[in-house]
Amino acid sequence: MSLLKIEGMRVEFPSRRGSIVATKNVNLELAAGEILGIVGESGAGKSTIANAVLDLLDPPGIMPEGKVFLEGERIDSLPLDEMRKIRGRRIGMIFQDPLTSLNPLQTIQHQLVETITTHLDVTPEQALERAIDMLDKVGIPDPSERIGNYPHQFSGGMRQRVVIALSLCADPDVILADEPTTALDVSIQAQILDLMRKLVKETGVGMIIITHDMGVISDICDRVMVMYRGDVVEVGTTRKILGNPDHPYTKSLISAVPRPDKRIDRFPLVEYIEEAGVAQRSIDVKTHWLGETRDFSSNKSEFLLSVKNLEMRFMTYNSILPSRRKYLRAVDDVSFDIKAGEVFGLVGESGSGKSTVARMISGIYKPHAGHVFFDGTDLTALSSRKAVNHYRRQMQMIFQDPFSSLNGRMRVGDIVAEPIKFHKLASSNAEVKSIVGDLLDHVGLGAVAAKKFPHEFSGGQRQRISIARALATRPRFLICDEPTSALDVSIQAQVLNLLKDLQEELSLTMLFISHDLPVIRQVCDRVAVMRNGKLVEVADTEELFENPQTEYSKHLLDLMPRLVKV
Amino acid sequence: MLAVAFIAFAMFQFVGDPISNLVGQDTSTEEREQLKQDLGLNDSIVVQFGHFIGNAVQGEFGKSYRLRKPVKELIAERFPATLELSLLSAFIALLVGIPMGVYTALRRDSWLAQGFMTLSLIGISLPTFLIGIFLILFFGVMLQWLPTFGRGETVDLGWWTTGFLTVSGWKSLIMPAITLAIFQMTLIVRLIRAEMLEVLRSDYIKFARARGLKERSISFSHALKNTLVPVITIIGLQIGSLIAFAIITESVFQWPGMGLLFIQAIEEVDIPIMSAYLLLIAFVFVLINLIVDVLYYAIDPRLRMN
Repeated sequence: MSLLKIEGMRVEFPSRRGSIVATKNVNLELAAGEILGIVGESGAGKSTIANAVLDLLDPPGIMPEGKVFLEGERIDSLPLDEMRKIRGRRIGMIFQDPLTSLNPLQTIQHQLVETITTHLDVTPEQALERAIDMLDKVGIPDPSERIGNYPHQFSGGMRQRVVIALSLCADPDVILADEPTTALDVSIQAQILDLMRKLVKETGVGMIIITHDMGVISDICDRVMVMYRGDVVEVGTTRKILGNPDHPYTKSLISAVPRPDKRIDRFPLVEYIEEAGVAQRSIDVKTHWLGETRDFSSNKSEFLLSVKNLEMRFMTYNSILPSRRKYLRAVDDVSFDIKAGEVFGLVGESGSGKSTVARMISGIYKPHAGHVFFDGTDLTALSSRKAVNHYRRQMQMIFQDPFSSLNGRMRVGDIVAEPIKFHKLASSNAEVKSIVGDLLDHVGLGAVAAKKFPHEFSGGQRQRISIARALATRPRFLICDEPTSALDVSIQAQVLNLLKDLQEELSLTMLFISHDLPVIRQVCDRVAVMRNGKLVEVADTEELFENPQTEYSKHLLDLMPRLVKV
Repeated sequence: MLAVAFIAFAMFQFVGDPISNLVGQDTSTEEREQLKQDLGLNDSIVVQFGHFIGNAVQGEFGKSYRLRKPVKELIAERFPATLELSLLSAFIALLVGIPMGVYTALRRDSWLAQGFMTLSLIGISLPTFLIGIFLILFFGVMLQWLPTFGRGETVDLGWWTTGFLTVSGWKSLIMPAITLAIFQMTLIVRLIRAEMLEVLRSDYIKFARARGLKERSISFSHALKNTLVPVITIIGLQIGSLIAFAIITESVFQWPGMGLLFIQAIEEVDIPIMSAYLLLIAFVFVLINLIVDVLYYAIDPRLRMN
C-alpha cells in the first residue's frame, strides 16, 4: 500500500469570469522512503497539489473532484479539526522562503515547543528536549544555545534548517517540500538537499519535492512527475525523464536548461511556450536608426570599460565619532577590464558584491574609492551633468526583477520613448513613435505592445520591454544584472537568445551578472568570480570551467548541479 | 522641542507688544523704556531666547495677561482634567477598538463584522462635536441621566485634582470621554483589521497552519502580536492628538481642561498661556514617541540587535 495516494485531483479557483482550473486529473502515488519530484514552470499547478492535500488552498480555491488517501485512509473530506491533526503530525510541509516562513517575534524554542506539544502527548520539558534534538539532527551547531534565538539571528540556510526541523518535529510520515531551495545560494542549496536526502534515508518518510529546477530533480529525486499548465504530462524515474523523455514538452523543457558542460551557440528553439514572439518583423540594423553610425568619439582603446581599485562600503553602525562607526566593505579593491565587443561575466553568491559593482559602474552608487574608466574617460571624475549624461547614454542597465523595474502607470510605448526624448535622439514625435514600434518589434513583442501597460505582460515579456528600453539610447555597453534569474527556464532560453542576437548585430559590449554558472558558460566570453567583495579569479569562460585556478572557483563548480548524470 | 520652543517664543515677539498689554494709557515714554529695560526686552534676541528656555525648563511661563495669575498655576489647575479625559478615552478606544478590529479581520464575512465596519464608517465620518451634541441631547436632556457640562465634584489630592473618586465626577467624565474615543476607536478598528488581514496572508501564518497549530494560537499569539508592531506608532500619535486636540470636545461639554483654557486665551490674545500650551503639547508628543519607541523595542526582537 502506498503512503500517499492522489486520485483524479482537480483544483479550481472560481472567479466572476468563470473558474480557473489550476490542476486537473492528477494521479500520484508515493511510497515510504521515496523522493518524488514534481517539476514544471510557473503556473503549472505544482504548488496547488501540495496545498490541496493539506486543505490549505488560498481562497477561493476548491477541490471539486479527486480523492486523497494517506495510508489507505481518505483524508480529503475531513472536518477542520480532524485535518489539523494530520497537518504537521502526519504530513509536514516546507515552504520556499525561509526568511518569511518563521514568525519573527517568537524564539525558535517557542515555535518548536508549541508545535510539539500540540501534536504529541509530552510535558514541556520533554518537548524542549525533543526540540533541541531536532535542531541537532538538521545540523544546527550548539542547539541548546541557539534554540533561544529569534529567526533573524540565523542566516538564510540556517533558517531553512529550522523550518525543516519544525516540519519534522512531530514525526510525520510524509513531507511536502515546496521549492525548498529556490531562495538559497548554490552552496547552501547543496547542503540542504544533502540534509533532506539523509533525513529521508534515516527516518523513512516519503517526500514530495516541488521545484522548477531540473538540477534539484536530478540531484535528489527517485521519480519525477512533469506538469504543464495543470496537466500531468509524464511520470517516470529520474533517469528516464532526464535521459530519454517521451513527451515533447519534457524534451523542450530539458533542452532549455543551460548546459554546464559545454557551450552551445544558441538554445534550441523551444516549443510549447505560449509567448514565443508574436511579430517577427525584424529590422535591418544596417539601415535602421538603431544601427546608425554612432556619434561616440571613440578613443579606440582596447578596453571599453576598466575598473580600477573600486571600493564601496556601507555604514552598519552609526556613531557621532567617526572612529566608532562601523562599515561593511561590500566591494573591496576590485579591478578588471572589459574589451570592446565582449561579454564579460561576473559571478558570485549573494552578498558577494556583484550588483554593487554594477551600480557603481552605472553611477547609481558613488564609489568610496577607485575609478571607472569608460572608453578612456574617468567617470568618477566627471562633474558636469552634461558630461555625465553623455556617458550614461552609452551605458544602459537591465535589472533582475521585471515586475518592479517598469513603471506600472506608464504605457509601454512611453517607457521606451522616454530615454529617446530625454537624450534628444530623434527629431520629431512621429519619428520617436516609429522607432519605438521598431524596437518593440525587434525584441519580439510587436508594435501593438506600445499601447499596453506593463501589468498586461508576463515576466519574460516584461524583460523584453526592459531590453527595448535599454536599446532606446543606442548604447554600446549593456549591464545585465541577473536578467533571467526571475524567469522560467524556457523563457530564460528565449531571453538569452535575444540578448545574444542583439549583442552580435549591434556589436554591444556587455557586463553580465549572474549567480548561475551554466548561464554564464552559455553567454560570457570572460568571467570574473567574486566572493565577499573581493575578486577571486578572472579567466576566459572555457578556461574557468575546464581548469579553475582557485579553490573557491573549484568549490563553486563542484556545487553546480549536473543535470545529466546518466 | 527646541523648534517648538522657538515658535512659542516668537509669539511674544510678533504678536502684539507686551508693554502696551501691561501698562495703562497714560504711562510716560520714560517709564515704558524703564520697564522694557527691567523686563530685559532690550537684550538681544539670543539672550532673550536663552532666558525664555531657562524659565520654561523650570516651568516658569510668566503671568497670564488676562487672569493676572501665573501660567504655571493655571496649567496645573487645568492639566489633570484634560489628562484624565484623554486617558480614559484612549483606554476606551483601545479596549473596544482592538477586539473589534481583530474580530472583523478573523470573521470577515460574518454579519456582525460587516455591522462593525458600517458603524466604524459612520464613526469616522461624523464630526466630534456632532456626536457630543447628540449624546448631550439624549442622555443629558431627554433621559437626564448625566450632567451636560463641567467636571462634577472633584477631590483635591494636593498636587492633583481628580474626578475619578466621586460618582458625579465619573458621571460627568463618561460622555466627553466616549465622544473623544469614538473617532480614535474607529480608526483603530480599521487599522487593526487592515494590518491583521495582511499578516494573516503571510508565509509564517500559512506555515503555522501547515504545522497543525490551533486556530486560537495562530490568531492571537502569532498574528496579533505581529499586527501590533506597525499599529503602535499610529496609536501612540493618536493618543498624543487626543490630549492636544481635546479642544472641541472640551468646548462642547464646557470641560474645564486645557483646551478650553487655550480657546479662551486665543480670544483674549493671552500669549503666555498660548506659548505654554504649545510647549506642553510638544512635550507630551515627544514623551509619547519615546514610550512608543521603548514599546517597539520590547515587542520586536529584531530591534534589539546591536
